[in-house]
Amino acid sequence: MFGLDKKDSTLLLIVALLTMLAPFILNPFPTESGLAQFNAGYPDLMQRFVIFGIFAIGFNILFGLTGYLSFGHAAFLGVGSYSAVWMFKLLSMNIVPAILLSVVIAGLFALVIGFVSLRRTGIYFSILTLAFAQMSFALAYSVLTPLTNGETGLQLTLDDPRILGASATADGSIPVTNLFGLEMRAATDMVVGPWSFTFSVGYYVCAVVMLISFYLAIRIFRSPFGMMLRAIKSNQQRLNYTGLNPKPYTLAAFVISGMYAGLAGGLMAAMDPLAGAERMQWTASGEVVLMTILGGAGTLIGPVLGAGAIKYMENIFSKINDNVLHGWFAFLPDGIEDFVVFVIHPFVGKGWHLTLGIIFMLVVTFLPGGLVEGGQRIARLFNRKKADDPKSASTEPAE
Amino acid sequence: MGILEVKDVGKRFGGLKALSDVNLSVKENTCHAIIGPNGAGKSTLLNCLVGKLIPDTGSVMFQGQSVLGRSPHEINQMGISRVFQTPEIFGDLTVFENMMIPLFAKRDGAYRLHAIESVMNEKSLIEEAEKMLEEVNMLDKRHMHSASMSRGDKRRLEMAMCLVQSPKLLLLDEPTAGMARADTNNTIDLLKQIKEERDITIAIIEHDMHVVFSLADRITVLAQGTPLVEDAPENIKGHPKVQEAYLGEAH
Amino acid sequence: MDAIILQVLNGLDKGSAYALIALGLTLIFGTLGVVNFAHGALFMIGAFCSVTLQRILNLSFETVDPTKTDFLGNPLKVKTPYVESWFGPEMGSTIIDWSVPLAILFAIPIMILIGFVMERGLIKHFYKRPHADQILVTFGLAIVLQEVIKYFYGANPIQTPAPEALTGVAQLTSTIVYPIWRIVYFCFAVAIIGAVFAFLQFTTFGMVVRAGMADRETVGLLGIDIDKRFTLMFGLAAAVAGLAGVMYGPINAPNYHMGMDFLVLSFVVVVVGGMGSLPGAVAAGFLLGILESFASMKEVITLVPGINQIIIYLVAIVILLTRPRGLMGRKGVME
Repeated sequence: MFGLDKKDSTLLLIVALLTMLAPFILNPFPTESGLAQFNAGYPDLMQRFVIFGIFAIGFNILFGLTGYLSFGHAAFLGVGSYSAVWMFKLLSMNIVPAILLSVVIAGLFALVIGFVSLRRTGIYFSILTLAFAQMSFALAYSVLTPLTNGETGLQLTLDDPRILGASATADGSIPVTNLFGLEMRAATDMVVGPWSFTFSVGYYVCAVVMLISFYLAIRIFRSPFGMMLRAIKSNQQRLNYTGLNPKPYTLAAFVISGMYAGLAGGLMAAMDPLAGAERMQWTASGEVVLMTILGGAGTLIGPVLGAGAIKYMENIFSKINDNVLHGWFAFLPDGIEDFVVFVIHPFVGKGWHLTLGIIFMLVVTFLPGGLVEGGQRIARLFNRKKADDPKSASTEPAE
Repeated sequence: MGILEVKDVGKRFGGLKALSDVNLSVKENTCHAIIGPNGAGKSTLLNCLVGKLIPDTGSVMFQGQSVLGRSPHEINQMGISRVFQTPEIFGDLTVFENMMIPLFAKRDGAYRLHAIESVMNEKSLIEEAEKMLEEVNMLDKRHMHSASMSRGDKRRLEMAMCLVQSPKLLLLDEPTAGMARADTNNTIDLLKQIKEERDITIAIIEHDMHVVFSLADRITVLAQGTPLVEDAPENIKGHPKVQEAYLGEAH
Repeated sequence: MDAIILQVLNGLDKGSAYALIALGLTLIFGTLGVVNFAHGALFMIGAFCSVTLQRILNLSFETVDPTKTDFLGNPLKVKTPYVESWFGPEMGSTIIDWSVPLAILFAIPIMILIGFVMERGLIKHFYKRPHADQILVTFGLAIVLQEVIKYFYGANPIQTPAPEALTGVAQLTSTIVYPIWRIVYFCFAVAIIGAVFAFLQFTTFGMVVRAGMADRETVGLLGIDIDKRFTLMFGLAAAVAGLAGVMYGPINAPNYHMGMDFLVLSFVVVVVGGMGSLPGAVAAGFLLGILESFASMKEVITLVPGINQIIIYLVAIVILLTRPRGLMGRKGVME
């Protein structure tokens, strides 16, 4: 299907099904139940799942394939957001030109930064990308205020000189972003018994873009280019003596992953038309590193899983407070209940970062392939029990 | 006129003279061995041939074109392949993928952005890779993770990766160093077979006299950065200067 | 002239902190070959050592003073720190006043212990893994340490004042005044740096470590158990970072993310100085601190707007591209 082999087609189909049905899957709890707060099926969060998924898929093309660890990828996401908001301000509220511009500008930005940073490898490369991103962040806050609106962030106003479209709507408010008239904010609710599901235009636009990005990433992984990138990670010396020049390959990977980041930034602005410098800070770059590693660097589905896991923790896990905990453990005798809540308390709610840090350390230490490797191990365990055929299990090439 | 002409090459590292007045002519379709005691400058010379080092003086011509100042990948594209002392392969890739990379390099040059087509659609290249693997008896291992193979297999894979590009000149840097006798003999057989079946020139740097005398058509003895003698193998064996150079090392 | 001297002085305190953190980073990198992203967190923990000591010293019991009443007419409750009741009010309040310098004694064993636990418990499993893995796992550790501190001390900065005698400003020349504590901090940093260098230069332990930094395998072949010494070095590096943090409290009130802020800059410092070079790390630390302070001069900012924000990164980029080994880096380190 679409030039993919059977295995990849299946993967793409599963991901497509999951994203399309996400409003159902992520809202498993009835609205009135106590567990409703763990429903993640609201548009805002679902959009973030897929947007950060795109960001991580792109980062994985660079880090997962070539092994170059960039600590400055958030800069491209930030640039993408700024470009998109400017497009909304100046041209039109249609998201297509805005997103196109953010991809192009982020790509150009990545070309410049990549060209310089890729003259070094290893930790020096990481530090160079970090330095460039921090510089962009600092400049966005200070000198570039006319472009970025500094600390407040770039927003739409009522007197934006929009060439194709009005500065303000008839009732005097700021127009909303749309895709040829289809408003991003529009959503319909569907109520089935005690459940309620929200279908938002914005989410489905993001989801389609994510699926296209994911499909392209599969093609890249399976292409000669993808193979070259893995060869770069494996042995640059041999590559040189095989008649290949690694530089343009790594630069291309850097630019492609920068464009993915720009796309994510552009989509973010398309969903909510504002852009702030904090999107470029190194902690934001660190976040995409966490996502990619947690899910499984170098695997296809890993980064998407990682992005989902971290965003879920950030938004849902962080809502677990003491009351919720007491509710869960109410069946225990009072003293033990209090103790259990006391023990769990630091790891949930505002302390979700702590859990994230611990999980991340455990993954790096014991499961370098991330959640995907974890899944594979479990699957292998089951296979072995079922088939008890050691030959077929061990010679399978790692995907 | 040889396929590879080295003229008056000299190289210094700080105060140390690594190479001086090296003249060497490698004839097409022969096997030329460069031997010499440790520190004679064999590896430095090899690195000057493949673009890793640039000599201070002299010239290196391959098929009438200078290789000086070109980077390793450009020199490979001219038709020179190199086998390393410890096998350099793509350890994270499968044997099959290891074979595809040199094939892409040969067909597409140093860089081409093939980001959308699938590797699996390159039918003719796949055929070529499998043929080469068959030739070195590794077809059954093609899905193996190459890092997990034995050293002898890695060596064979590396040679196959070089040969599949059909280079005009194959440079071998102590290809049997650290190998067991059986592996060494296998390598010798493989090289003999390559020599007979292909239009290929081989330049080999070697310590092991057994390997050298089984393969070489011509031998250059290097000592302290300068060629001492160049002659046919049978004349080298008893040559007084050569014995002196090697005995000198023993002291 | 005065303006220049003043900027140099202003750069010294930040430069001292950079130099101390970079020194520890380099010690760890040079000896163990590990890129430690959790080093900033050690600096932060050091600062919280002085917060902790301050809290311990201020532990009080309540008594009712029958002779006085508060404005509602109730008997007045008085809080007395235990130290004041043990050592007498005067001595006690002096101890509390000097809690930051006293925290040095408190921090050294704690930091060394944390260093040991970190090295034995986590870092040693990463010696043979790629640098990227080391960066990642220590990055995770930094997040964990930071969150633990946040859990116990909250997210807001906590004031740790300098002893009263060391607050205020000193009149250096007729026109230059300079805060006393910053002078103290600079002298303290110089003393620590001097002590570390002396330790490495003049003790046999230090000589072995230096030899190990230059060529680990050979030293191993001599039958010296280099690993044990390297563990000790990790403890030492942690202590250096911690002490830098302890004394930094009065300059900037400690908060849980101060480590990360310093870490990013310190890595830049290490790279500018040259990965693995101790003198390079120290020199680059001071150099960049001073450059940063020059770049914040009004005249410079009007000339090149925003330069104060980016100067360090700019220098790092230029140095990395023109001198890949940094100012004093050795050949073959991380290439």
